[in-house]
Amino acid sequence: MLKKHPLFTFIIFGVILFLLSNRVDELRVFQGATVAIYVIAIASIILLTGYSGQVSLGHGALLAIGGYAAALSRNEWGAPVWLTFCIAVLAAALGGYLLGLAAARLSGPYLAGTTLALAIGLPSIANQFTILGGEQGLLFDIGTPPSFLGEEFTQYKWFFWIASLAALIAIYWLRNVMNSRYGRSWKAVRGNDVAAELAGINVGRNKVLAFTVSAGLAGLAGALLAMTISTVSPGAFPLALSFSLATGAVLSGVTTLGGVMIGAVTLVAIPEIVDTVVHRFESSESVANNLPGLLVSTLLILTVLFVPNGPVEQMRARHEKRAKR
Amino acid sequence: MSLVIKDLTVDHGAIRAISEVSFTVENGKLSAVIGANGAGKSTLLRTLSGLNKATEGSAHWGDHNLLHGKPESHVRSGVSHVSEGKSVVAELTVEENLDLGALWRRNKKEALESKKQALELFPRLGERLSQRADTLSGGERQMLAIGRALMSKPNLLLLDEPSLGLAPLVVEQIFQTIRGIVDSMGVTVVLVEQNAMGALKIADTAVVLNLGRVATSGSAADLIADPAVRAAYLGY
Amino acid sequence: MIQFINMLLIGIGAGSIYALMAIAMVLVWRSTRVINFAQAGMALLSTYIGFELVQKTGNFWIALPLAMILGALFSALVEILLIRTLIKHSTSGPVAGIVPIIATLGLLGVIRATIGFIWGNQDIQIQPPLSKVGFKVGEETIALSPMNLLVLLTVVGMVIILGFIFQKTNLGLSLRASAYSPEIAQLAGIRVGAIRTIGWAIAGAAGAAAGLLQTVNGTGAISPDSLEFSLLLTFGFIAAVIGGLESLPGAVLGAVVLGLVLAVVQIYISGTLVFIVAFALLLLVLLVRPQGFIGSKAGRRA
Repeated sequence: MLKKHPLFTFIIFGVILFLLSNRVDELRVFQGATVAIYVIAIASIILLTGYSGQVSLGHGALLAIGGYAAALSRNEWGAPVWLTFCIAVLAAALGGYLLGLAAARLSGPYLAGTTLALAIGLPSIANQFTILGGEQGLLFDIGTPPSFLGEEFTQYKWFFWIASLAALIAIYWLRNVMNSRYGRSWKAVRGNDVAAELAGINVGRNKVLAFTVSAGLAGLAGALLAMTISTVSPGAFPLALSFSLATGAVLSGVTTLGGVMIGAVTLVAIPEIVDTVVHRFESSESVANNLPGLLVSTLLILTVLFVPNGPVEQMRARHEKRAKR
Repeated sequence: MSLVIKDLTVDHGAIRAISEVSFTVENGKLSAVIGANGAGKSTLLRTLSGLNKATEGSAHWGDHNLLHGKPESHVRSGVSHVSEGKSVVAELTVEENLDLGALWRRNKKEALESKKQALELFPRLGERLSQRADTLSGGERQMLAIGRALMSKPNLLLLDEPSLGLAPLVVEQIFQTIRGIVDSMGVTVVLVEQNAMGALKIADTAVVLNLGRVATSGSAADLIADPAVRAAYLGY
Repeated sequence: MIQFINMLLIGIGAGSIYALMAIAMVLVWRSTRVINFAQAGMALLSTYIGFELVQKTGNFWIALPLAMILGALFSALVEILLIRTLIKHSTSGPVAGIVPIIATLGLLGVIRATIGFIWGNQDIQIQPPLSKVGFKVGEETIALSPMNLLVLLTVVGMVIILGFIFQKTNLGLSLRASAYSPEIAQLAGIRVGAIRTIGWAIAGAAGAAAGLLQTVNGTGAISPDSLEFSLLLTFGFIAAVIGGLESLPGAVLGAVVLGLVLAVVQIYISGTLVFIVAFALLLLVLLVRPQGFIGSKAGRRA
């Protein structure tokens, strides 16, 4: 069904999500919004790594650009909410374009190190400009939900609706891009630069384009993230966020968009699970602080060791093997 | 001691590089392996020295199973491989390249003896001991590669295309040196060559590989006389 | 004048510690073609162990070499357990390039969490073994304390010992040959696998020294998510890249250059600009002279 009527499937999925949001409590709704944001951010990494063979350990920086752009446009010019998101996408895409120009000339470990340096240095960069509000950052208030949604309609539900809608549109659009001429040439580039070049694909330009689109998506995720916490500050985009997103992408499998939910749900679920465990066994504070990190990191290592292409690709490959027999 | 290869088959993924190759080289003899590009000559040597894994068959140097273990342990059993394309470490000096071949040897006195021997064989290297290997000419690099292999005191020497890219005069000189190594040191040599004529001239026996299989084998003199070999590999 | 001298002292002092970190990264890169993003994490673990050893022995100068030995052992263990498995399972395709990067990131996470479990997430203080008050030259206090001086001398000593090992010993020759051309080294009878492990071990020791010295030279505080160690990783990486990533003298040179440039910025312009300048320097080197100050051209660009 997904193959034949993708748009229809996405709409059905969206309706189910919205109906679901009426049935669960506030915390779950908020977590749902976070999952939707992670879906966008992880998809942007999958696009970059899986489809163009580039690595970014500093996607948090691109999210930050989106977040700050959205907040600035709202606070300075009073832009309407939908416009702030568009501005976030454009601003991050511009940043991504510039980064991509450099990135297209760097191979794996160099690019990884450079983007990592960017993510580590981000707070000190943000602190340079008084307009960005220093450590405290900026407020980002998208206002209360429109009144026609009723009295009962909470702020978190509003966040969830916006984030989910954005995620659905982004993934649907991305899926189409992947199946387009661009998507195919990106796939060619990740496999083998020389072969792609011989086939007449401009490898450098493709890599820059992939970086730009990926950054745009990251910017959207950043603006949404800022929306859910109502502020943007250097602390909202820590190094840990960049690592989490890279982790989420690997857990989802970077070679296909199909598993994008796996990483997003895992990232949101692990702290939740740990919380439950800690309460159940009344464990100490240090367990609560460190168990999530330990679990995620261990999962990450096991994934790259044993299912480097991700669970979805692994299952597909196994399925194909069986079909051949 | 002799080199006995039986039904050796090697695959590169889905591609069969060599298939059921069998031949024997007696102790102290020089055997040439000739054949066109892609006939599987280099794969054969790389398998014998442990760089590639065999799919089937056997290969023994005396009692020593060549299909078992890593290259570094074969070297300790007297098997040295000079891989294709002047196998020297460009960033190291000439002397360091030579020393490299004897690092594993416990007896440092004997190692020093080997170095003297190698430098007598290739006096040109002696003049350039402190130069970086990448400043050498192609011929000198080949000499250095062979010298490095001799530092491991081999009794079986596997040489992969020592004539590649060298001027005819230098090729002649290298081939004579190789013959000299066999005659004076008693080392058994397997010489893989595209330069079939040059190789056959100095070899005792020879194997012709074609598309990974043994096309023909025999004494070098017989093969030079064989019209089919002449037509296919010697060009006249 | 005094400002200029201070700039030199601060630059060289900071650079010397970046140099140890850069050396660690270069060693790992040369032996296994992996950038170890967990290098600072491993250094942090060694620093915590060093902290315990200082508590037990009461003497920093006994704790330092012991921590370095333990750091070396841990690093060797990582190579054997993680990196070897990684190489064995290595696949081709788009993920092949990112697998080692992600694996070392995972390792970083595991190390941080483990530290948190054992020592907690609060700051821990290591007392500097020597005074951190600057020497006096005439009326002026210069930016060089007995602690700074000893750190500098220790690093210089270590670099000289490493240089000797690499240039003059058989082990050094094996390490260099295996780095430049593993196949030829193998054919020459060198046990390349063991040499790789030794490369990682030396890197672990250098990282441990960098961590401990940085800590006692700086604020003395460590915590599992220490920003100082993230910066140490970044500056070590930048220094290694500036130096060409292949060369140990290059790493030292890159580190000193980086240290001096950052000191100039810090003293003459503004301390808050330090990171931006370091990042710009990294990009500049990568784009203009990607092979670094010292280094060959191959394998640098995408």
